Amino acid sequence: MSALALAARDAYTMLRRNLLHARRYPSLTLNLLLTPIMLLLLFVYVFGDVLSAGIGGGGADRSAYLAYIVPGILLMTIGGTVVGAAVSVATDMTEGIVARFRTLAIHRGSVLIGHVVGSVLQSVMSVVLVAAIAVAIGFRSTDASALEWLAAAGLVVLFATALTWIAVGMGLASPNAEAASNMAMPLILLPLISSAFIPAETMPGWFRPVAEYQPFTPAIETLRGLLLGTRIGDDGWLAASWCLALAVLGYFWSTALFNRERG
Amino acid sequence: MTTAARQCAIAASGLRKSFGEKKVLDGIDLRVPQGTVFSLLGPNGAGKTTAVKILSTLVAADGGRASVAGHDVAADAQAVRAAIGVTGQFSAVDGLLTGEENMLLMADLHHLPRREGRRVAAELLERFALAEAARKPAATYSGGMKRRLDLAMTLVGRPRIIFLDEPTTGLDPRSRHAVWGLIRDLVGEGVTVFLTTQYLDEADDLADRIAVLDDGRITAEGSAEELKRLVPGGHVRLRFTDQAAYQDAAAVLGGAAADGEGLSLRIPSDGSQRALRSLLERLEAAGIEADELTVHTPDLDDVFFALTGDSTRLVQPARSTEAAR
Repeated sequence: MSALALAARDAYTMLRRNLLHARRYPSLTLNLLLTPIMLLLLFVYVFGDVLSAGIGGGGADRSAYLAYIVPGILLMTIGGTVVGAAVSVATDMTEGIVARFRTLAIHRGSVLIGHVVGSVLQSVMSVVLVAAIAVAIGFRSTDASALEWLAAAGLVVLFATALTWIAVGMGLASPNAEAASNMAMPLILLPLISSAFIPAETMPGWFRPVAEYQPFTPAIETLRGLLLGTRIGDDGWLAASWCLALAVLGYFWSTALFNRERG
Repeated sequence: MTTAARQCAIAASGLRKSFGEKKVLDGIDLRVPQGTVFSLLGPNGAGKTTAVKILSTLVAADGGRASVAGHDVAADAQAVRAAIGVTGQFSAVDGLLTGEENMLLMADLHHLPRREGRRVAAELLERFALAEAARKPAATYSGGMKRRLDLAMTLVGRPRIIFLDEPTTGLDPRSRHAVWGLIRDLVGEGVTVFLTTQYLDEADDLADRIAVLDDGRITAEGSAEELKRLVPGGHVRLRFTDQAAYQDAAAVLGGAAADGEGLSLRIPSDGSQRALRSLLERLEAAGIEADELTVHTPDLDDVFFALTGDSTRLVQPARSTEAAR
């Protein structure tokens, strides 16, 4: 077998291990799913009537507000799922099994790649689940073309990959699972200060840059444009650039931390 | 690569490692012939685990060279990894997976074909008395079971050289003896075992050669018997009930020391037949009869205390063996 085939095989073995963990102990993933689902229901059914007045120049109703927040909720779901990746990486590193992996003649990066691919798959499944709930309560994206759907799926995968690599780095940098969970918390909180729930233009002037210059806002605007036909403009490129930059940064950070000697 | 080096499963010279300011290994040399059990004996913090980590490619040495299975640990780490199995100090099992899944995970990582992997896993689970618990999560196992699973996982790739870092620490006596039995079986199959332990009886029982590691240096090396001969402590103890006989004996046997509070004498002796006969002849000639005679040979405890730890506590025999070496 070639080196690449062996690397792929080892990564696949590690992926199976991580998926087995997730399937057998789904409570972590399910807990993290609760936040976006709760926020979706809370913002639509409790705050929806008031908040909808502030979008689209006023006069929008609750279903218009539902359409507005779904893209943000979907990306927030990814932010939540990757917190789980940070926790499981940190847990893994405190156990002897990773030391054992390091003494095997396997592809070095397979441990991390297994975590990343596993977390991206979980993110996609979580997004599908949350989207199903959104559809169940009335979200519709019937105007989107097949190409736009494909692009939206691509964005979800790219965004999940980027956030996962960052989360894996956070997991490796943390001494234990609790610390990892704390460190990764911004990934689930950032959407609150993005354009997920209210348009950035409606925020106070001093706060607007916080919302505009962070990865969630362009990604949310792009997804909104793809699903609902709003204007994407520069946000498409910005979102892609953010994702690539975060993925590359997270990859090198994680690899450096993983290869660091542990006395 | 010379023939001699090839027959040596593990060879190291001048290994040094510091963590920050702390010198953990201060130039150690090791030679472990194939198919033997080598034990690194030392107290906590002596550097045993660091030595294992360097030899099993987990950390890089600051200085010195080491080769395992004929491959340099620094230059050809993957080749070393392909030849070794490591059971670390802390159990390296995946607690969330069952015993069987842990074994199959190892089989996959060793790139065994599926059917072969299943066969090897089942065989080892059976051999390590884990077949019954194979479908339970490893997190629910007892300490002894986890250790056995750990060892079984180490054997999946049929390694020719096995590193065992304190394999029985924290186990109850029954589990310890079970693990010892498994190690002996491995050696019977020609596997080379590098064992670290802080238990003297473990080294005495299992190892062909023992190196005493203290504070990053090897203070003595040899078979258990050789090490015991290195330290003073062998003596004959004579106990008397009669004060007069006791005093006569003390006078006849110059160099005897009062032992304890009772009427006992301690005479330095290597415990050999010749030494005993000469002692008995001297007592006979003086018409002295002791009530009890016991021979004490030093055990590894004596060696351990003499060769490790803070030297002020003891009469520096470590230094004399250093000189003898």
